[in-house]
This record gives sequence, structure tokens and C-alpha cells, in this order.
Amino acid sequence: MSHHLVEVTELHYTYPDGTSALRGISFLITHGESVAIIGANGAGKSTLLLHLNGCLLPQAGTVRIGGLPLNKKTLPQARRTVGMVFQDPDDQLFMPLVYDDVAFAPLNLGLPLEEVEEVVMGALARVGASHLKDRPPYRLSGGEKRAVAIASVLSMSPSILVMDEPTASLDPKTRRQLIELLKTFNHTLIIATHDLDLVMDLCRRTLVLKDGRLAADGPTLTLMQDEELLASCNLEKPLGMQGCPVCRRA
Amino acid sequence: MGNLESALFNIGYLETLAYQQTPLHRLDPRVKLLTTLVFIVAVVSFGKYEITGLLPFVIYPVVLIAVGNLPPGYLAKKVLLAAPFAFFIGIFNPLLDRAVLVHLGPLAISGGWVSFASIMLRFTLTVSAGFILIAGTGLNAVCLALDRLGAPRSFVLQLLFLYRYIFVLTDEALRLARARALRSFQGRGMGFKVFTYMIGQLLLRTLDRARRIHLAMLSRGFDGEIHLLRPLHLHGRDVVFFLGWSGLFALMRWYNLSDQLGRLVTELFQ
Amino acid sequence: MHMADALISPAVGGTMWAATAGLTVYSAKKLKAEADEHLVPLMGVLGAFVFAAQMLNFTIPATGSSGHLGGGMILAILLGPYAGFLVMASVLTIQALFFADGGLLALGCNIFNLGFFPCFIAYPFIYKKIAGDQPTRGRILLGAMTSAIIGLQLGAFGVVLETLFSGISELPFASFVLLMQPIHLAIGIVEGLITAAVVSFVWKVHPETLTLAKASASAPGHSHKPLLVGLALFALAAGGMLSWFASTHPDGLEWSIKAVSGKEELEASKAGVHGVLASLQEKLSFLPDYDFKKPVGEKEVKADEDKEGKAGEEKSWPEVSAGKSLAGVLGAALTLLLAGAIGFGLRRYYAR
Repeated sequence: MSHHLVEVTELHYTYPDGTSALRGISFLITHGESVAIIGANGAGKSTLLLHLNGCLLPQAGTVRIGGLPLNKKTLPQARRTVGMVFQDPDDQLFMPLVYDDVAFAPLNLGLPLEEVEEVVMGALARVGASHLKDRPPYRLSGGEKRAVAIASVLSMSPSILVMDEPTASLDPKTRRQLIELLKTFNHTLIIATHDLDLVMDLCRRTLVLKDGRLAADGPTLTLMQDEELLASCNLEKPLGMQGCPVCRRA
Repeated sequence: MGNLESALFNIGYLETLAYQQTPLHRLDPRVKLLTTLVFIVAVVSFGKYEITGLLPFVIYPVVLIAVGNLPPGYLAKKVLLAAPFAFFIGIFNPLLDRAVLVHLGPLAISGGWVSFASIMLRFTLTVSAGFILIAGTGLNAVCLALDRLGAPRSFVLQLLFLYRYIFVLTDEALRLARARALRSFQGRGMGFKVFTYMIGQLLLRTLDRARRIHLAMLSRGFDGEIHLLRPLHLHGRDVVFFLGWSGLFALMRWYNLSDQLGRLVTELFQ
Repeated sequence: MHMADALISPAVGGTMWAATAGLTVYSAKKLKAEADEHLVPLMGVLGAFVFAAQMLNFTIPATGSSGHLGGGMILAILLGPYAGFLVMASVLTIQALFFADGGLLALGCNIFNLGFFPCFIAYPFIYKKIAGDQPTRGRILLGAMTSAIIGLQLGAFGVVLETLFSGISELPFASFVLLMQPIHLAIGIVEGLITAAVVSFVWKVHPETLTLAKASASAPGHSHKPLLVGLALFALAAGGMLSWFASTHPDGLEWSIKAVSGKEELEASKAGVHGVLASLQEKLSFLPDYDFKKPVGEKEVKADEDKEGKAGEEKSWPEVSAGKSLAGVLGAALTLLLAGAIGFGLRRYYAR
């Protein structure tokens, strides 16, 4: 019996100003899967992501994380299980030094100081940022910030990593390094992104959102070849599948 | 707009200076903060006509700049830039106080000029001490010092957050200002209406960002209390620094060393 | 408007520091009790906002000069008095440390002048009374203008008093006031306009943010009593301290009296401060409802005659140790040379 880690059923959400962002989304994600969430801007990706760690609570429908239904009481556990990396690392790195940011979560969890040190150094080593531990965040490059942001989430040992546009504004090499890094992770990965080639490289399964609904849910390779589906959702094939730019043949 | 860029540069540069590893930087920040305050109080406690008594105090900034490997030219420039307020209030002294106070050879100098000189001297001393504190310690360490010395935790956190986001926000303000400048052709400068729109925009973006930061904090288990690590340990050299300098300040406050020196030398020649 | 260390005395600096520290601790406590420390990220970022916004200048038409935002009122409106005060204090601290915009000892004065008056006086007693729960455009404008103007007037007056009681600057009370208040009236008008415009803009686009202040600020009226009691006590303490200061260092008030009245000492009999104030009051007719007059007695009894206070440099008026002789000048030159030599020596040593 597979252990459903994330179970979303008939999720609805409407913003206070009336925009209906999610209109009944249902899916299941199991342990160790790498899932991409793609769709046009405004399709509901970010809103969906915010539900996964309780930043937003469902207005209708349910979200279950690790078997527990998401509500006010189970929020702390949900937040331990799900580590969220936001789009803008500046929003996520708010402490004076990198070390403080990575230590933020374990300290809040109440870990004793020696363990915190271990956990922090471990997380930084994992992302290759150990040498940055005494730097202030605003002195980091874009790629370094992103790495540290990931470390700040790794330090709470979540089972699920949720990321919002991880490769946005990264230069090609840094982007490649990030992809290689993520390949080494054992966590369940849920990534919302426009970077379809990242999806090809990293995620076996893809959810396609359109106007707050799930337009498709299946293996990445299959979906990425369905040109009609992609076009109807404001997407196109990943660049890697679009054929040689010189001779124009697929 | 030039203001924004130079402000960013200044803060960034002082920050860089603070990251050096010199004997000055290695001292406990509490000690540096307290010594600076003792220095300022000592300087400021002189009577308003004092000049020569103040001069020996120059030794403090001089030594710290040397030991801390701080750029004297840069600091001098900053002191100069900060001078206007003190200067313009002080300049009234010569105008109002014309009673002749002292004769330097054939020159009769009024009390007003003496007190004005004293003001500018005090100014230079106290302002240098302040810059040396920040360049030799860094804001993060100063905040830590404040925290350990008993300042309210939320105030310290406030300072740290402010500092963390100053760069981000001045950057955004700079971008807004540039965007406007590139679309203005009379070269005049910002009108009031545009100005308020920009400030309003900046404010809204700020509020949005604050919301996102708060979400990020909640996502990592924030429950209302922020933990500041980094214990501070007082070493022997810190205590020596504080007591040594404070003792010297007290000595210089009570005995006009400059005058003593002068008298000594003139006696030697007689 | 930011006081420099060069112009204050330790007594004034220390007193204001004590007042400001007390207010800071009080605000922090109130914040913890009433609102959340969840406000902290918002406060931090808003502080950075005020700092950045202060760098943006706009040109004032017809004068060619530029104006910019102060920020005290906006902070109070958005965050309530306690958080607003803490944020303003933090902005001023950064300015003092990095730009010497105000001295470190004078920081207490500056935080008091620019933080206390807008957040604890102008905001609750003026802005909230006017704009309060139904902020219409007109009320916002009226509220912002009045509170900004009055807040700044009070702040400017604070600067005058602090400079006066320090005794370093020669500016007499009347002239200084005539210098400061009109300038700050103009600044206040500008500040009021900016605050009103920004608040209206934000309210139109994002009305929820204005309720932030309501969520975290105290309910009108109820919790100001302890603050006012504290202030009254402080005022008594300060008054006592300053009068001690005045009696042991008569220079401070005497020269201002001298400058204003043109006389060396006051005719009226002086029982310390009372006589001084009575004379001031006569000359300036300020605070006419307060009766400071003690029975005018016989000839002057100098306040510092029988005291056993500090004999040091301060007592000598107008004697000075500014170096009347060659020895003085020589000593000065030698001291500087010596300091320079030590500096160079150390630099060479540490540069290795």
C-alpha cells in the first residue's frame, strides 16, 4: 500500500477580492515522487502551493499532509513536514547572517544548541554553501541566495520540498548546478515552474493547471508531447523537445 | 537620487570595513560601545570655552583608526559632510559673543570665536568616535551589544531587520527613481504629485514584501519569538581596553595635558 | 533638526537618554502585550521604507528647494504609537551611526523630538481625533496636516530647549525660537501634505492596511494614563535635575538671560530657578498662566555663591583656559603632533 504523502481533494479557494483561484483540484502524491506543477500565469500555481504548508487554509475541500488533515491545529506538523522555498529569496532570508537564517527553523523547533550547529552545517554543506555561513544575505549573488534559501528549509528536515520558480533569474550555469543539486535529493519534490526543461530533467510527473482546474495529470514525457494540451494552457513544448534551431527538424 | 546611490554606497562600504579582522574588530562590541559613550560624555562635559583641554582626546580616534585599519581620508570626508547643522548653529556664537576673551600676541579673539572653535572640535571628536564605532564593529555586532546590555529585544530585532532590508528597499526606490527620470524630459526634478505616487508605490510594495516575509517565517515554525544566537564572551583584553581608555579620558578631563606639555617644554627652554 | 553631540551637555544628553530609554522599554512592553511580535517583520521593512523614502526628494515649486518625508506620522498611522515609535527610533539610530545625522549622545534627544511627539502626542490626540474611524479624504488631509505641523513644532521646540539648557551655543531663546519654529512650520506643512497624500493613496488602493494600526494600537483613551503619569514624573525629575544643573552651572541660563535682557544678572532676588524663570517670564511673557514669581526681594544673591558644587572649569566665567600664553599654544601644537606620531607609528606596526 503506497503511503500518500500529499492528498488534495476538491480544493477550492477564492481570494478576498473575489478572484476564484482554485476551483476543485484533486490529486495524490506519494513518497519520493518528483512532481511539477505548470500552467499559465494566474492559473493558480502559487495559490495551490500556499495550501501545501498551510499558508492558506482550504475554503472547501481537504488537504492532507502525511495523513493529517490540514487545519489550524495541525499546522505546526504540516510545517515541519513541508519545506517551502519561495520565489524571491530576499523574502526568505531575513536574518542578519546566513547562519542565523539556516538556524531559524531548528531553533523554532526547540532543538538544543549543539544539535542546531550540526543541522545547520549539514544543511549548508548539502547545498555547497558552507563557506557563506557568516555572510549577510544581501551580499550574496542570486545563485548563492537561492542555495542558502534551500538550506534554510533543509535544516528542518522536511519530507517534502515545495519550490516556487526555483530557476527564475539564474544564469545558465547556476541553473544547471541547481538542477544537479536537486537531483541528489531524496525528498518528495513539488515544483511550480515555467522552466519546462527543468521539468523534463527533474520531474517524472506533471500537473497542468488551467483557470484553477487540473487540465492534466500524468507522466511528464507524455504530457510534454501533447501540443494541443500545451497550447490550450498557454504553454509550449520544452525547448529541448522543440527541434534543432538551425535546421528546424525535430 | 544621487542620495540613494551614495547612501547605499556608504552603508555598504562601512559594512565592508566592519568585516576586517584587526585587533580592534576582535574586541567585544559591548566594550567598544561603552568606551565610545564614555569618550563622548567626557568630550561633551567640558565648558564651552575649552579648546586645549580637548586636544589630547584626539589620541582616541587616531589610535583606533590606526589599529583598526580604517581609511582616515574617507572618515574625514564623512565628518565634513555631517558638519552643517553644528556649523550653522555654532556660527552664531562669534556673532553674539563679542567680548574679547583672549589675546594671542597682537590678536584679540572674542569669546564667541573660542566657543565656536570648541564646538567644531567637539563635533569632530564625537562624530569620528561614532564612525569608528560602526566601522570597527559593524551594525550586527552593535545590535548584539545593545541586546546584551539590556535594550528591549523588539527594538534590537527592529534594528536588525531594518538593516537587513535597507539595501533591498533603497534598491527598489532607486529603480523607481530611475524609471521616472528616464521618462522625464524637462530635467527639472520630481514634482510633488509624482513623488507621492512613488512613495505610495514603494509603500505598497513594502507592505506586500512584509506579508511574504511573514509567511516565510511562519513556514519555518515562527511562533512569535526570534532567537538571536552568538553568545558574547568577555576577555581580559576587553576589560583592559575599557578600563584603560576610560581611565585616560578621566585623566585628560581633569588635567589639561596639552597645557601641561606646553608648560613643560617652555620651562625646559628657560 | 537632528541635534549634534557638539551642542549638548552631558546633563541634557543623559536626561533625554533616560527618557527615551524609558519610552523604548515601555513601547516594547506594550507591543508584546497588545499586538504581536508578528509585527516585527512589518516594522523592520517599514523602517527601511522610511529610510529609503527619505532619500527621494521632490522640488518645491517657486522656491527651487527640495523637500522630503520625515516619516513619524506615517509610521504612527500605519503601526500605531508603540510600534511607530520603535521604528522611528531605529531609523534615527541608523542615521546617527552611519551618517552622523545626529550624535550618539544626542540620539536620546533626537528620538524624543522626532519620535515621541509625533507618535505619542500628535497621533493619538490630533490625528486619531480628526481622522479616526472614518477616514475620508478630507479628514485624512486635515488630520495629517494638523498633526504633522504640531508634531514638528513640538519637536523643534524640543531642540531649542535642549540646546538652551546645554549652554554650549550662544543662541538666545527668543532668536532661536524665531529661527526654528517658522522653518519647521514650513516643513510641517510639507510633511502633512505628503503624509495625507500617501495615506489616502494607500487607503484607496489597499484599505486593509490602515486597519493594521487599529489592530495593534491601543483603544482610544484607556491606556494613555500610565504614559501620562510617567511623563509627569519624568517632567518633575527633569525639572529637578535641570534646576540642580542650573544652580550649579548658572552659565547656561545666565548667558541666555544676559543675552535677552542685556543685564549681567537679574535684579530680582533669586531663589534658584524660580527667580530666573520669573525674569524670563517677564521678558518673554511666555506661559502667562503659570505663576513663577517669588516675592521680589533685595539685591541679587548669586545662585552659585554659597554652593559647594563643581569648582572646575565651568565656574570660571568668563575666565577661560583657552591658552592665553605661549605655553598654551605650544602645548596644543605638541599634543597634536604627538597624537599624529603615535597614529603613524601604530599604523605602520599593524600594516605588517
